[in-house]
Amino acid sequence: MLLGGHDKEYVHRDTPMNNPDVKFDFTPENYKRVEAIKAIYPEGHQAAAVIPLLDLAQRQHGWLPLTAMHKVAEVLNMPKMRVYEVATFYTMFNRDPIGKYHIQVCTTTPCWLCNSDGILKCIERKLGIHVGQTTKDGLFTLSEAECLGACVNAPMLSINDDYYEDLTEQDMEQILDEIKQGKKPKAGPRNGRRYAAEPFDKLSSLTEEPKGPGFGIRSDL
Amino acid sequence: MNRLQLNRLITPLSRIKQHGYIFVANQSTAAKKEPEKLEVFVDGKPIHVEPNTTVLQACAEAGVEIPRYCYHERLSIAGNCRMCLVEIEKTPKPVASCAMPVMKGMRILTDSPLTKKAREGVMEFLLVNHPLDCPICDQGGECDLQDQSMMFGSDRSRFTDNQFSGKRSVEDKNIGPLVKTSMNRCIHCTRCIRFGSEVAGVSDLGTTGRGSDMVIGTYVERLFMSELSGNVIDLCPVGALTSKPYAFTARPWETRKSESIDVMDALGSNIVVHTRSGDVLRVIPRINEDVNEEWISDKTRFAYDGLKRQRLTAPMLKNRDGYLTPCDWEDALSVVAEKIGRSTGSKMAALAGRFCDAEGLIALKDFMNQLGCETVCVEELFPNVGASTDLRSNYLFNGTIAGVEHADLVLLVGTNPRYEASVLNARIRKAWTHNDLRVAVIGPKLDLTYTYDHLGDSTKVLAELSSGKHAFSKILSSAKRPLIILGSAMFQRQDTESVYAATVSLANKLRSSLADENKEWRIFNVLHRYASQVAALDLGYKPDVKSIIELKPKILYLFGADEGLIKRQDLPNDCYIIYQGHHGDRGALMADAILPGAAYTEKQGIYANTEGRAQQTRLAVTPPGKAREDWKIIRALAEVCGLTLPYNDIDDVRSRIDQVAPNLTRINTIEEANYFKQNADLLQNHKTSFTDSALTPPITELKDFYMTDPISRASLTMAKCVKAVEEQLKSRHT
Repeated sequence: MLLGGHDKEYVHRDTPMNNPDVKFDFTPENYKRVEAIKAIYPEGHQAAAVIPLLDLAQRQHGWLPLTAMHKVAEVLNMPKMRVYEVATFYTMFNRDPIGKYHIQVCTTTPCWLCNSDGILKCIERKLGIHVGQTTKDGLFTLSEAECLGACVNAPMLSINDDYYEDLTEQDMEQILDEIKQGKKPKAGPRNGRRYAAEPFDKLSSLTEEPKGPGFGIRSDL
Repeated sequence: MNRLQLNRLITPLSRIKQHGYIFVANQSTAAKKEPEKLEVFVDGKPIHVEPNTTVLQACAEAGVEIPRYCYHERLSIAGNCRMCLVEIEKTPKPVASCAMPVMKGMRILTDSPLTKKAREGVMEFLLVNHPLDCPICDQGGECDLQDQSMMFGSDRSRFTDNQFSGKRSVEDKNIGPLVKTSMNRCIHCTRCIRFGSEVAGVSDLGTTGRGSDMVIGTYVERLFMSELSGNVIDLCPVGALTSKPYAFTARPWETRKSESIDVMDALGSNIVVHTRSGDVLRVIPRINEDVNEEWISDKTRFAYDGLKRQRLTAPMLKNRDGYLTPCDWEDALSVVAEKIGRSTGSKMAALAGRFCDAEGLIALKDFMNQLGCETVCVEELFPNVGASTDLRSNYLFNGTIAGVEHADLVLLVGTNPRYEASVLNARIRKAWTHNDLRVAVIGPKLDLTYTYDHLGDSTKVLAELSSGKHAFSKILSSAKRPLIILGSAMFQRQDTESVYAATVSLANKLRSSLADENKEWRIFNVLHRYASQVAALDLGYKPDVKSIIELKPKILYLFGADEGLIKRQDLPNDCYIIYQGHHGDRGALMADAILPGAAYTEKQGIYANTEGRAQQTRLAVTPPGKAREDWKIIRALAEVCGLTLPYNDIDDVRSRIDQVAPNLTRINTIEEANYFKQNADLLQNHKTSFTDSALTPPITELKDFYMTDPISRASLTMAKCVKAVEEQLKSRHT
């Protein structure tokens, strides 16, 4: 762990799981996607496809091994270092093995005010892991995340690509149980009262008729 | 007035024309309208600058230096250190002057309270995470952070470590045996990264992570694989990247600095030799825009420790048992003189090596000639066809090193400039990056740090090109200012005459189709490998080692000849071999008598680089032990032989050089050499016959670059580099 108190290192060290001998290659379907992604960018600027390709590699492999970065560098014909730079810059690229389900609990102020700590404790209790750890069965990895932009539905968390919102501790247990059973829990708000981020009851603002053009403009204009 | 201008004045213009002249002509003929200059005010002082200059450059023109860390005039602008903040009137915030273009009527305030406060603030933030280890830091005394915090920083610190968490700490990286890293000190200016990717063309360094966790490094543990890697030491504004061999050796104020010339390759890079009490402590580059800008290769910078090993420090004579034993100068000279006296001049030969200065060369030639010996040769061969070495333009890099930036096409024939002249290669890369220079290569496929058209490595390509039948011929002939660079290693080939003749005829064909405004453009260039070669040819040395073997000499005088081109078994048994030089290498190994000479840091000597530019080294340390300056040894030997060479001090020697090759005494100038047509005419009758061997330069890999000559072969640092590269090649992290 670095003295700065963060849980990621920005230097690669060979591990049995992650070393230059790990086999990585895009699948044939993904090669088609690689070509499609590359085609978005103008000739000579293909290096701009590095982020989508790293994402593709991560989706294929579950996380981003060193050799996947090398593959991306090779596909885009750019120096490996330039790929390392991008992969280490973005926190959504996981350069270490990670559980099948990556739980990122938002603990930024609005969620925290709405009991994100309770949610976090509930997960820790239920899975027996702490933040930054992975369950022994390799199913879950728990992380703390900064604001994920769904403050209206606080507290919330994301599991892989899905947001689970308006959570209570019971909801949390239910979600984890369902995942353990191999089901896919329904994403979105959990309280059953709303569809997305609309108000609970009725509109609390913007309730009157819109004023129309010219409102508030000086009469002499 | 600088020396160059002075030389222009004192030399009649009819004899010397600066090569720079043609570029000036080119610029003036271009019918471009001069862009209007903008008026800006620096601290109230009006100044006119070109549009697109930055605020920082405008301030520099006004004589105000803005503090900076990330900005470097030879690298791209990063704008991330924020040290160059200045106030500009009517802007809400201070602006980063390195990245801000000037605008009309801008009023820049470099001394205002806001500017001062901004600088103090930036300094304070930089120092928050900078260790207080100046007393044990090698950059101390030449550290930008130290200097600028003294000049522009606050006089007190507000840094308190409330939580006792310490300052930011970063792991040190191992990037090779040359550059020592101490990453806690890094201020993230990214100069080293930009140097790697822009100048050296090796993108091994980069930033990883983000925010306060960002680190500079290689991410995986690997070597910084560049032949120019040492330059990041000079670029680093703090002590994060320092020299490993020089670590904890000296402070800059303790050393004596001698401005000198490098002899490791034929470019003659300008260097400063730092010495203390008779020891060469380090070599750093000196700016010369016409030669090396401000870069030098790792061999130039780090091979100096070879000057302390394997040295010949006393004269030696072979005893009865066949062992070389040290003796006095008196004994050595009298024995050698006796041997010479017993032989006749027609059965003598002399061979000069790669490190010889013009003074030594002229003394040896005068001496041998007075003895009646005409077989006075240099180690690098030259094709004996056409006018051969009689015309200087045949063996010079006529287009000049700086001229590469004006070329639009470079054709490399049998040369690998990356390892034969690394700084020139950086210049080609620069032109390739900024001027869309197109490069074509006849030779093996190599990583030259830029893309090129690979025409193949067979002699057939050369023949087809010179007859205009190759697919590339059209592109070549449509080039406005092409350069053909022929590697001097090609002169060692069996079919050297044909390779040379084909290249010359190609160059001449292109020359005849040059547009009028480019008539003065020189196409044909020879890239030499040996620092002494051009001066030796200028002084009339013969590029013909074979003639020595054919002569079966009784006396062979090896003057720093260490390439091993002549072996003991090539010579008659009774041949007496005298070796004069500074290193116990291949030449000394076969010698019967050894006369210890001075290395390039130990004498004042003239060297002409591959362009024909005369430059001089300066005495930085005295030669070790009984070693003496080369021309003095020969002068003394001649005296003992009963011959008197007409010079008693270095000025006399130089006036003698002036009689033979006046261009060599005009320091830092290039004398015009321009007989391309005549030479091509003379070559017309040459019958080409190529061999099948590929046009392969001698050095194709980085590991072969480090140890090429007696000095670098004796250098421990260079040996470590070879080892590091070999390990890197075996490493899983390529």
